[in-house]
Amino acid sequence: MNGMTDSRLTTKNRRSAFAAAMLVAGMVALGFASVPLYRIFCQVTGYGGTTQRAEAIAANIVPTGRVITVRFDSNVSRELPWNFVPERHTDRVAIGAREMAFYRAENLSNHAITGSASFNVTPLAAGQYFTKIQCFCFTQQTLQPGENVRMPVTYYVDPAILEDPDVGDVEEITLSYTFYPVDEPSSDG
Amino acid sequence: MTDTAATPAHFEAHADNAHHDADHKPGFFVRWFMSTNHKDIGTLYLIFAIIAGIVGGMISGMMRMELAEPGIQYLADWSGEEGDAALHFWNVLITAHGLIMVFFMVMPAMIGGFGNWFVPLMIGAPDMAFPRMNNISFWLLVPAFLLLMGSAFFGAGAGTGWTVYAPLSTYGEPGPSVDMAILSLHLAGASSILGAINFITTIFNMRAPGMTLHKMPLFVWSVLVTAFLLLLALPVLAAAITMLLTDRNFGTTFYDPQGGGDPLLYQHLFWFFGHPEVYIMILPGFGMVSQVVATFSRKPVFGYLGMAYAMVAIGVVGFVVWAHHMFTVGLSLNTKLYFTAATMVIAVPTGIKIFSWIATMWGGSVTFKTPMLWAMGFIFMFTVGGVTGVVLANGGFDDIVHDTYYVVAHFHYVLSLGAVFGLFSGWYYWFGKMSGRMYNEFLGQLHFWLFFIGVNVLFFPMHFLGLDSMPRRYPDYPDAYAHWNEIATYGYWIMLAGMAVFFVNTIWSLVAGKKAADNYWGEGATTLEWTLSSPPPYHQFNTLPKID
Repeated sequence: MNGMTDSRLTTKNRRSAFAAAMLVAGMVALGFASVPLYRIFCQVTGYGGTTQRAEAIAANIVPTGRVITVRFDSNVSRELPWNFVPERHTDRVAIGAREMAFYRAENLSNHAITGSASFNVTPLAAGQYFTKIQCFCFTQQTLQPGENVRMPVTYYVDPAILEDPDVGDVEEITLSYTFYPVDEPSSDG
Repeated sequence: MTDTAATPAHFEAHADNAHHDADHKPGFFVRWFMSTNHKDIGTLYLIFAIIAGIVGGMISGMMRMELAEPGIQYLADWSGEEGDAALHFWNVLITAHGLIMVFFMVMPAMIGGFGNWFVPLMIGAPDMAFPRMNNISFWLLVPAFLLLMGSAFFGAGAGTGWTVYAPLSTYGEPGPSVDMAILSLHLAGASSILGAINFITTIFNMRAPGMTLHKMPLFVWSVLVTAFLLLLALPVLAAAITMLLTDRNFGTTFYDPQGGGDPLLYQHLFWFFGHPEVYIMILPGFGMVSQVVATFSRKPVFGYLGMAYAMVAIGVVGFVVWAHHMFTVGLSLNTKLYFTAATMVIAVPTGIKIFSWIATMWGGSVTFKTPMLWAMGFIFMFTVGGVTGVVLANGGFDDIVHDTYYVVAHFHYVLSLGAVFGLFSGWYYWFGKMSGRMYNEFLGQLHFWLFFIGVNVLFFPMHFLGLDSMPRRYPDYPDAYAHWNEIATYGYWIMLAGMAVFFVNTIWSLVAGKKAADNYWGEGATTLEWTLSSPPPYHQFNTLPKID
C-alpha cells in the first residue's frame, strides 16, 4: 500500500466529513424552507381547502346555469371577545357567477381590537375552484368598542369544478372562517 | 506516520497480542470516560442501550399491568395523582416508552453499539475516521437520556406521544416537560448525525486495500445506507421540533392557524423523518441477520449484490412514502393512491431480502446455534410484520384501523420483534468476539424460546383487538376487549422470564464463560473480525489486511 500516507487520509476524511456536513446543513435548510414552500404549495393547488384569489372574475368565466349551495361557517378564537356570524347561513349560487355574501362582527369588549381571519373550504378538494375577489379576510380588521360591522366577501365558483371527477358532483361547499386576535390577547378577554 | 506495507503475515501479527504490552490500554477513567477507541465506545453504547432497554421495558410492563383488565388499576398509585392527572400519567408512559425504545435502545445498540464495534473490524480499519467525534456522539446521548427522564419530574411529564404532534405539543401541554423532551430529541439527533458522518467517512475512505464497495460485508452496507438515511432525515426532525420549541416559547405560529400556520405541516415534517427512521432501526438488523445466516449455513449469502442494493432501494423509496402515516388527515384521493402504491413498492426489495435469506439457507449446512435461532426468528417475525404492513399500506383499509391496536401489532412485529431479534442475533453472534468469553448455549436457546413465545402471545392478539377497533393510547377499554388484553399481558410475563435468562446468561458468561477462540464459528465466518483474537487487540490492523 504505497502512497496512502496519514496526511492524505486525513485530507480525504475531512473532505468526506465536510460533504456530509453540507448535506446535513442542506436538509436543515430544507426543513425550514418547507414552511413557505408548504404555503405556496397550498395556494397553488388548493390543498387543504385553500381558496384561490383573483382581482376580478375572468372574462372567459360565464355563469353555467348549474346551481350549488354555499354554506357559511364562522368561528371565533376563545381569546377574541367578538361576536361573528354570517348574515345568511346558506346561499344557492350559480356556478361561474360573481356572488356576494355578508358576515357581521361585533366587538363585545370595551377597547379596540384588531383581528384577522383564517379560512378554508370543505370539501378540501373544492379549494382550487373557490375564488375570492374581495374578502374581509385579506386584511386585518379593527373594531372599536361595541362597534358592529358588516363584512363582505365577493367570490365565484369556477365552472372548471364540474370537470373535476373528485368534486364535480359536490352539491354543497362550506366556506369557513375563524377570527383570531392579532394583538396580544386582551387581559379582560 | 506509519510506513505500512501489506505483508502476507498480517493475520499472524495479531495472533499473540491478547496480553500485549504494546496494547497501551489507558487507565479506567481515561479509557471509559474519554474513550476514543471504537470498540470501547461500542461497548459503552451497548451498555447504554441495555440500561435504556431495561427502563423502556419496565415501562411497557407497567402499561401491560394497567391494561391487563378493564378499568383503571394502578395509574393513580403510580403517579400519586388523581383524576385527569393520573390519566395524563398514561400519556407520559407511552411517550417515554416510544422515545426510549427508538432513540435510546434500538438506535444506540444497532448503530452505536454493533456499528462501532464491527464496521472498522469488517473493513479492516484501525479505528473510526474521527475517534474524538465518536466520543462526542456517545456522550451527547447521556444528557439526552437524562433530559428525557428528567422531564417526568419537572412539570406533569411529556405526554405527547413519541410523534410530538402539534397542537398538543404546542399550546396543548404547557410547562417544562415537553420542552425538555424536545431538547432531548435535539441532542439525540445531533449525536446520531455526528455518528453518521463518522460512519460514512470511515466506510468511504478507510477500507483495507482490495476491500471494494462490492466486497464489503452486508452489515457494513447496512450501516452505510443507515448513515445516509440519518443524514437526510434527522435534520428535518431537528427543524420540525425547533419550530415546535419556538411556537411553544417565542410566540411563532409555524403550526398555529391563528398566525397562518398549519398543524399538518408538522405531521408532514415529522413523518418525512419518521418513515426513514423506521428503516434506520431495521436496516442494521438486516445486515446482522445476513452475516449470521451466511455463517450458520456455511455459504456466502445468496445474491450479495441484490441484497446490498435492496437495502439502498429501501432507503431511497423510504423517503417518498411518508404520508401513509397520515391517511386520515384529509388527503385527496389521488394523494392516497400514490402513497398506497409507493408504500407497496417497498415490499419488493424487502421480499428480495427475505427470499435471499431463505435461499442462503437452502442447501446449506445449517447449524441451529442461538444466533441462528434469533436470525430465523427475525425472518419469521419481520415477514409477519411486513404482511400487516402491506395490508396497512392500503389507504382505504387504513381509514378503518388507523390508530388501533392493529397498527400497534404491526410496528411491534417489525420493531420489537424484528429489530430486537436482529439485535439479539448479533449479540449472541459476536458476544464471544467482544468479551472473549462464550455465552452459554443452553441459556441462549432458552432465552430465545421464552422470548419468542412471549412476544407472540403478547403482540399477536393485538391484531384481533385492532380489527375489533380497540384504539391505541388509552389506559382503559370496554369489557369486550378484556380477553385478548389479559392474554397479551401473560405474554409480557413470559417475555420477561426470557429477559431474566438473558441477564443471567450475560453475567454468568462474562464471569465464567469458556474462553472464546479467534474464530469460534468455524469456516462459515469469513469476515475480517474473525481473523483477530477474541477480544480483538486494543489497536488492530496496524498493518492493514489485504483482500483479494
